[in-house]
Amino acid sequence: MVKKLLPYTKGYRPWIALGIACSAMDAVFQLLIPLVMADIVDIGVANADTGFIVRKGLLMVVLAAVAMAFGLGSAASSARAGMGFGANLRTAEYARVQDFSFSNIEKFSTASLVTRLTSDVRVLEMTLMMSMRLLVRAPVMLVAALVLAVRLSSQLSRVFLAAIPLLVIFVVLLMTKVGPLFRQLQEKTDDVNLVVQENLTGIRVVKSFVREAYEKEKFAKRNNGLRETSEKAFGAVVVNMPVMMLIIYGTIIAVMWFGGKMVFAGTMEVGGLTAFFSYITEILISLMMVSMIFMMMSRSIACAKRICEVLDEVPAVTDAQAQSGASVESGSVDFENVSFRYNDESAGWVLEDVSLHIPAGSTVGILGGTGSGKSTLVSLIPRLYEAQKGTVFVGSRPVADYTMEHLRDAVSVVLQKNTLFSGTIRENLLWGNPDATEEQLLAACRSACADEFLDRMPEGLDTDLGQGGVNVSGGQKQRLCIARAILKQPKILILDDSTSAVDTATDAKIREAFRRDLPGTTKLIIAQRISSIADANLILVLDKGRVVAQGSHEKLMKTCDIYQDVYLSQQEGVSIGG
Amino acid sequence: MAEQKNGANRAPVPRGGPNQGGYQKPKNLRGTVGRLMGYLGRYKLRLALVAVCILLSSACSVGGSYLMRPLINDYILPGNFPGLAKMLAVMGGIYLLGAGLSFAYARMMVRISQSTVAALRRDLFAKLQTLPLKYFDAHTHGELMSRFTNDIDNVSEAINNSFASLISSAATFLGTLAMMLYISPLLTCITFAVLAVMLAAVRGIGGRSRKSFTAQQKAIGAVNGYIEEMTEGQKVIKVFNHEPAAIEGFRERNEAYRQASTSAQSFAGAMMPVMGNLSYLNYAVTCMAGALLAIRSGDLGGLAAFLQYTRQVSQPVSQVSQQVNVLLAAVAGAERIFEVMETEPEQNSGKVTLVRAKCLSGNRIEETDIETGAWAWKKPDGALIPVRGDVRFDHVVFSYDGSKTILNGISLYAEPGQKIALVGSTGAGKTTITNLINRFYELDSGTITYDGIDIRDIEKDSLRKSLGVVLQDTHLFSGTVADNIRYGRLDATDEEVEAAAKLANADGFIRHLPQGYATVLSGDGGSLSQGERQLLNIARAALSNPPVLILDEATSSIDTRTEKLIEKGMDQLMAGRTVFVIAHRLSTVRNSQAILVLEQGEIIERGGHNDLLDQQGRYYRLYTGQAELA
Repeated sequence: MVKKLLPYTKGYRPWIALGIACSAMDAVFQLLIPLVMADIVDIGVANADTGFIVRKGLLMVVLAAVAMAFGLGSAASSARAGMGFGANLRTAEYARVQDFSFSNIEKFSTASLVTRLTSDVRVLEMTLMMSMRLLVRAPVMLVAALVLAVRLSSQLSRVFLAAIPLLVIFVVLLMTKVGPLFRQLQEKTDDVNLVVQENLTGIRVVKSFVREAYEKEKFAKRNNGLRETSEKAFGAVVVNMPVMMLIIYGTIIAVMWFGGKMVFAGTMEVGGLTAFFSYITEILISLMMVSMIFMMMSRSIACAKRICEVLDEVPAVTDAQAQSGASVESGSVDFENVSFRYNDESAGWVLEDVSLHIPAGSTVGILGGTGSGKSTLVSLIPRLYEAQKGTVFVGSRPVADYTMEHLRDAVSVVLQKNTLFSGTIRENLLWGNPDATEEQLLAACRSACADEFLDRMPEGLDTDLGQGGVNVSGGQKQRLCIARAILKQPKILILDDSTSAVDTATDAKIREAFRRDLPGTTKLIIAQRISSIADANLILVLDKGRVVAQGSHEKLMKTCDIYQDVYLSQQEGVSIGG
Repeated sequence: MAEQKNGANRAPVPRGGPNQGGYQKPKNLRGTVGRLMGYLGRYKLRLALVAVCILLSSACSVGGSYLMRPLINDYILPGNFPGLAKMLAVMGGIYLLGAGLSFAYARMMVRISQSTVAALRRDLFAKLQTLPLKYFDAHTHGELMSRFTNDIDNVSEAINNSFASLISSAATFLGTLAMMLYISPLLTCITFAVLAVMLAAVRGIGGRSRKSFTAQQKAIGAVNGYIEEMTEGQKVIKVFNHEPAAIEGFRERNEAYRQASTSAQSFAGAMMPVMGNLSYLNYAVTCMAGALLAIRSGDLGGLAAFLQYTRQVSQPVSQVSQQVNVLLAAVAGAERIFEVMETEPEQNSGKVTLVRAKCLSGNRIEETDIETGAWAWKKPDGALIPVRGDVRFDHVVFSYDGSKTILNGISLYAEPGQKIALVGSTGAGKTTITNLINRFYELDSGTITYDGIDIRDIEKDSLRKSLGVVLQDTHLFSGTVADNIRYGRLDATDEEVEAAAKLANADGFIRHLPQGYATVLSGDGGSLSQGERQLLNIARAALSNPPVLILDEATSSIDTRTEKLIEKGMDQLMAGRTVFVIAHRLSTVRNSQAILVLEQGEIIERGGHNDLLDQQGRYYRLYTGQAELA
């Protein structure tokens, strides 16, 4: 895992080195201080040498000041390195998500992708920063304190031979216990959040069915689970401190005993003994830091795993087979024995053995019941998904021949569940063509019948949509999405039930505009209303993943039972919208 | 406008702004802390015990260190080893006691803090259940979720660490101070002069770091908001080859975040070396001064102990300074949590309740526990009125925000068993009418009566139990398909669940799911098509078997052929009930007894399908596709 994340420190490695060096130096200088102190006590006081005491005292002040400078340097560099690493990682992860195909996106779900990009990365960058400051400092402190202690009195230092292994064993034992508990804690937290989130999105359902009590009970169960797990996890963590204290106090007592004898025997000075205690305290503090960092790391590991899952995800659709220079010459579409399913494990096919030919420039209507595979069929054309069997051709070349950029520039899809982004209407339309002129923008709006309501907006194209396009109605949103798609001047235009919230009259006007303004574009229209597709050159009727009939409205009315059924079901009334 | 009132439709709003972080000053420190103490108050005894343990363990560590002085002066220097052994045993005992006590209070504190936080979470969630929909309209999900995540976390962290650490810091500080004064008042003065410098440093760094922390939180909010919005529309990005532009936009915000964060963390990180080294400085100065004094007094043991104290005394200061940010964040978090808890709940002063009824001879009814299919309103005086499903609006005026009137003096009636259709453009007020029957919102003026009773006199739960609602925005919970249908009636048997699914024509597709009714749905049933989700919603309402039914675009995503198939089931579901139908497709509303055409908050036409067609008015023009809706 570390190996996988290491490359993202790029550009900040000098800072990492500097930070580590600074924090090491900081530690070293801090350790020199008790050493000087020992001199003051043993030489200065013993000889009543005031000048010596002042000189050494000033030296100590200088040492502390230097140590502080290094400490500040380490804080600044580790912040720079940690945050820089986080920024790199986030960018890489975000760029990876941009490579995802639809199936990759669905695998993760939006909410989980957002957490993996935000809070998970945050935990990692903080961990790196803290580790740089403490993880290096602690062992340096430990080693240096040990070295100095040994120099002070190698005999007395033998107590560490007993104390340190004891500490290490204890920390390791604790870690193996705490690690899994923290992972559990994360899961329990997710549980609780899930209930809250679903409760919030479904609050109308909860209230309508008077299920408040039921929801509270559901919540209480998870809440208690979380409480129990956190009690266990934190309960284990707090063992850390007292046990460390015990071990260190034991060491102090042992040093007192053996050191006292040495002082009496004259092989050690009182000042040295006092300095020895300082080192013991340093060692204790650094060991506590190390164990703290390990605790923090056990949490980061879970986050790192989640991030690596995103980084390791193989995009399901790639440009690997693209041939250079292949560009979409015509808007004809062919399916050759195409079968597709979203999940390789599912038993049935969503599309099964579909073959069809759509000539360039024609208008094609697609009709079928709920779950018959209409959206799936059209999403194979811009290669949003890859067919498992058979081949989809655009402009008589397999779709995989084109780079995705070329293909999707030529194939414009208005998705069923569409999104406008925060910003002005103009900014949103420019997605279709960043270089579009004012005339082109207005022309596209006219074709999509968006001009009528745009005229009524005070700021026209510069009206701010608010996040998710909340300032326009459903029908208006659909028309803007269509305008955005038209601006691409695509060879193929796909409307996936994109006028469902538009009233019939406007719907007809949009189709009229398509005929007039986009004569050379192949138009595929998925619709539930027969009126939306009756005048198409070709109508495909889908049922259970197969094309069961195709032809003109007149032909299907004579030959296709399903088509007749749908037609009759809609004769009793037309629909309205707004 | 429909989007405006429908919280479920709302796109996520970038986190940040006033709800994030918690580095701004709390508004009402005393009140918030007081309420938080109220939660901790349940553990008064245990907290007192914790405090005692903390004090004792601090005393132990202070006392243990103090023993150094007599140890060196009285035993080591004179070479009294039997005495030294005894004293060391005492010292060991004191330390052992100290460690034991600190373990005990840490364990107790974990329990107290976790129970407190669990209680906070429980109360917050319970409170949310009582809030009116208006509240959920005004606050985004992200905002409310962050109460449960960020804010609770902050509070939990503070209770977990800060409480104990504050007490122990204070105790250690005071104890150390006393001992230092005891050993040498002069040295103590010197030590405290340096401590004053430390405190000034804390204030200086703290002030600047708070500013850069605010900037950091803002930058984090911007990045998170961008990620949320763009990831939500990831498929559109793919379709428009917009990936490079998306990455570019991300880079900009990410870079701003990196810079703000680097600066904030540098400041925060400066605290430790500054404090640590100032304490060394303190140590150096004290050592120098102490040595000069020791030349005269010869009290080496006293100097050793004093130096140990000098290190010890700055520890609580730097500890508290590190807790300040945690504490501020916790108070700000608690404040936001209590803000939710203080919000006025839904009004519910109605006394009339819904009871099962049994019809006796002579039009008399009596209350019963048995499922009879018949219901009655029970007045506070015990009188029973049969539930018939007669709903009337009398000059109802309503606005969501108090300024923009949505319904403008609407009067309408639905007689028992009638199917009433509401037709009109988006924003005309159709969904609003159904929201008012449910009493999701309070009227500005006018009244709504239900079987002659003002709905404000009906207990809210009873009112809603009597109304079955199928919403346009389908919502499914994590759990099995059967669980989701059973949401309509929790005690329904498997057979009843299946019967409801069959009625809604959902049985077919459910059986094709990998585990049938036991298939677990996650992520709001993402694997189901919109039409299938609507079928499940209908099954859910069918199971609840209410006297009055509200169908708000219940079949909008179901294709017309499937709609035909479920027509029989729907007819069966609607038979004998008062039904309000909102539908896009006029074929769905055609066979209603009364069709109400709404425009701009007013009813402009009412009548049966044929009557309205004969009138050649608005409905006629809609029906024939001539009209355009604004």
